[in-house]
Amino acid sequence: MAAPEIKIQIQNLTYAYDGKAALRDITLNVAANTVTVFFGPAGGGKTTLLRLINRLNDLLDGTAMQGQILLDGADIYAPGTDVAALRRRVGMVFALPLPLPGTIRDNVLYGPLRAGIRDRGRLDEILLRSLTQAALWDEVEDRLDRPANALSGGQQQRLCIARSLALGPEVLLLDEPTSGLDPISTGKVERSLRDLKEHYTIIIVPHSIQQAARLADDAAFFLMGELIEHGPGNELFTRPRDQRTEDYVTGRFG
Amino acid sequence: MKRQWIQRLGFALLTLAALVVVAPILLVIGSVVVQGVGAISWEFLTTMPRSGMKEGGILPAIAGTLVLTLGTALAAIPVGVGGAIYLAEYARDTWLTRAIRLAIINLAGIPSVVYGLFGLGLFVLFLQLGTSIVAGSLTLAIMTLPVIISAAEEALRAVPVEFRTVSASLGGTRWQGIRHIVLPQALPGIITGVILGLLRAAGETAPIMFTVAAFYLPRVPTALSDETMALPYHLYVISTQVPGMPLSVQYGTALVLLMVILSLNLVATLMRGYFRRRRPW
Amino acid sequence: MRAPGRRARWFEFAIESFIRVMGFSTIAFVLLILFFLLREGAPILFEVPLDNLLGVRWYPTFDLFGTIPLFLGSALVTVTAIAIALPLGVATAVFVREVAPRWAREVLKPLIEILAGIPSVVLGFFGMTLIAPAMRQALGIPTGLTAFTGALLLAYMALPTIISVADDALDAVPKSYRDAALAMGATQWQTIWRVVVPAARSGIVTAVMLGLGRAIGETMAVMMVTGNAARLPLTLDSLVRPVRTMTATVAAEMGEVAQGSPHYHALFGIGIILFLVTLAINLTAAVTIFKKRRRGGLR
Repeated sequence: MAAPEIKIQIQNLTYAYDGKAALRDITLNVAANTVTVFFGPAGGGKTTLLRLINRLNDLLDGTAMQGQILLDGADIYAPGTDVAALRRRVGMVFALPLPLPGTIRDNVLYGPLRAGIRDRGRLDEILLRSLTQAALWDEVEDRLDRPANALSGGQQQRLCIARSLALGPEVLLLDEPTSGLDPISTGKVERSLRDLKEHYTIIIVPHSIQQAARLADDAAFFLMGELIEHGPGNELFTRPRDQRTEDYVTGRFG
Repeated sequence: MKRQWIQRLGFALLTLAALVVVAPILLVIGSVVVQGVGAISWEFLTTMPRSGMKEGGILPAIAGTLVLTLGTALAAIPVGVGGAIYLAEYARDTWLTRAIRLAIINLAGIPSVVYGLFGLGLFVLFLQLGTSIVAGSLTLAIMTLPVIISAAEEALRAVPVEFRTVSASLGGTRWQGIRHIVLPQALPGIITGVILGLLRAAGETAPIMFTVAAFYLPRVPTALSDETMALPYHLYVISTQVPGMPLSVQYGTALVLLMVILSLNLVATLMRGYFRRRRPW
Repeated sequence: MRAPGRRARWFEFAIESFIRVMGFSTIAFVLLILFFLLREGAPILFEVPLDNLLGVRWYPTFDLFGTIPLFLGSALVTVTAIAIALPLGVATAVFVREVAPRWAREVLKPLIEILAGIPSVVLGFFGMTLIAPAMRQALGIPTGLTAFTGALLLAYMALPTIISVADDALDAVPKSYRDAALAMGATQWQTIWRVVVPAARSGIVTAVMLGLGRAIGETMAVMMVTGNAARLPLTLDSLVRPVRTMTATVAAEMGEVAQGSPHYHALFGIGIILFLVTLAINLTAAVTIFKKRRRGGLR
């Protein structure tokens, strides 16, 4: 059995903003075509780490960072990196559905249009593929030119996933993507994620332990900015090595 | 009991104060309308003046005001909207940014006659543009700048931050996010602010007195280097410098000016209300 | 996925540079204005002795450029205007906030906005043709073109500013203050004047300063109704006599001067004074607002 290809390497990452340390000396590898789960109590640094992987935290001031993040072996913070191109390879879905103003088509095709794709045929193909992969096509194929915010919450979130997929990323980062959704929509989103990992590397911050356990191939437990332990999902949730992980997983705190 | 009486008296006084504030507004508008409407006719609005302004129409003044307002718009909008985009989307919180904001406050407070002096000194004399539409428009444009920048910046900031974050996460550069999402969403607010700024410029007299305005020029302006008549200056002159000018003509001119300004004001207010209700956030 | 071509990136760089330049343009304009005012106004200091400029006679035809009567004229008209506008403005703001029924509010606010939009030349015209004659008849004075007429017009022109800022100041008073006073048995009236208005005091002062700045800079309306006699307004009856403000002087005389003459320089010199005075007032008011916002925790 071939060794799993490493997609992302995080090496000795320390990160602070506004003078407060958010992440301390994180070292972690993410394998390609897996679902990796970052879990832990609030304030642990999971969302911060996620936003560092696609350099979304560049938009903030007053930050300090040490260590490296490598994508396919290349440092994504190297000077001269094309950040827009990076964000096309590493897509992100946020906790609350955030449709852009405009139609469903406008939303899905925003990324490709900004990247310079103008060919009508190709755009239509991207539209179909992304919405299908996000398990939304059947529900919206007849109203692609209607406003996106007329969709339900669950549909909007799947639209956001389709939006990110339209760029053909290699990695997909999801920050509590189902936190605002009802159980049925949550189920639909989780099912699409399981299908997606065939083509993409997925890192997800779940909004419950149960979701983490359902989805994880690999898992990493964060507590107050430190990486307590990481490994295959079934190990972390059933036989964790660290007592703190055990306490969190069994619900003694959280 | 006494306290109740004091309160009732006090509230009556407050109501009186509000009436004292409001009644004269209606009085001004009412008297201008009543006394001026008699002079308004198709001829008044569309023909040239004759007999030293005592007969004929005020077409050149109306045309002049329109041309000057257009010129002001062309000069002030790019600078104003550009400056607003800088402040809302690019500027960091440094002393330089604070200096820019203080400069805007400063510009907003400069008396209109000082703008007239400045326009005279820089545009008419130093740059040798002469008293011309160019000089007048540029002077008015700088005067209008703070209004446009403030309104546009507010409109840009009202667009939720999340849109920019989403655009960035989809590989959009900062300018792409502004151009495709923020600016279109802020456009109604920006346009409203621009209209309000322009209508102020249209009503100003002092900045154009030394830079472009002519009194008796029975010609519609045709070139940027022309002098021109303009409604505010025209009203000033016919009411103070021309003996024997029929009162109805004076009121008529005032009415035309007032109507232009107030209708633009109405348009801007209606726009603001309409777009506020249709916002997608 | 492909990235946009090099031409697109160039275009983007050009646009962002343009935006940056436009951002700094306001500073450039302020400096430009100051520079040209000084350029055309400073020469007066070399053409005419200082005690002339600080004298009490403004008769340019006789080479007398005493600015004191003009300065005092502006001061008299402005101070009187604020004395009228402050109580009216605060009272109206309180009325709109605390007393007026909903429908009255919806009528008042647009009317005040309309007042703010009326051009000053129209107000001056109205003052000249209606108010001045009325005043002449009512008070039995030789002419209705007086300092008080000007102050009256100025007061109304400053009202929208004062009302709007005072309204914001009253709005910023925490509801808990009101509730506490009412709970202790105060009437609404007592609550307003002993609790809410004092709490909004600094905002009201700011409103007054901004109204003051507006009033000092006003040109056309005062020019048309104050009679334009450059006399020293030192006695009480000066209110009902003609007077000259700095702004009216510049506007009225600039058309008749020869470029480069001492009179010309003197008028620009008055412009410098106006620039500096309004600068001082508006900056002080603005800095106060900035400081309050920072302390108040608002961004």
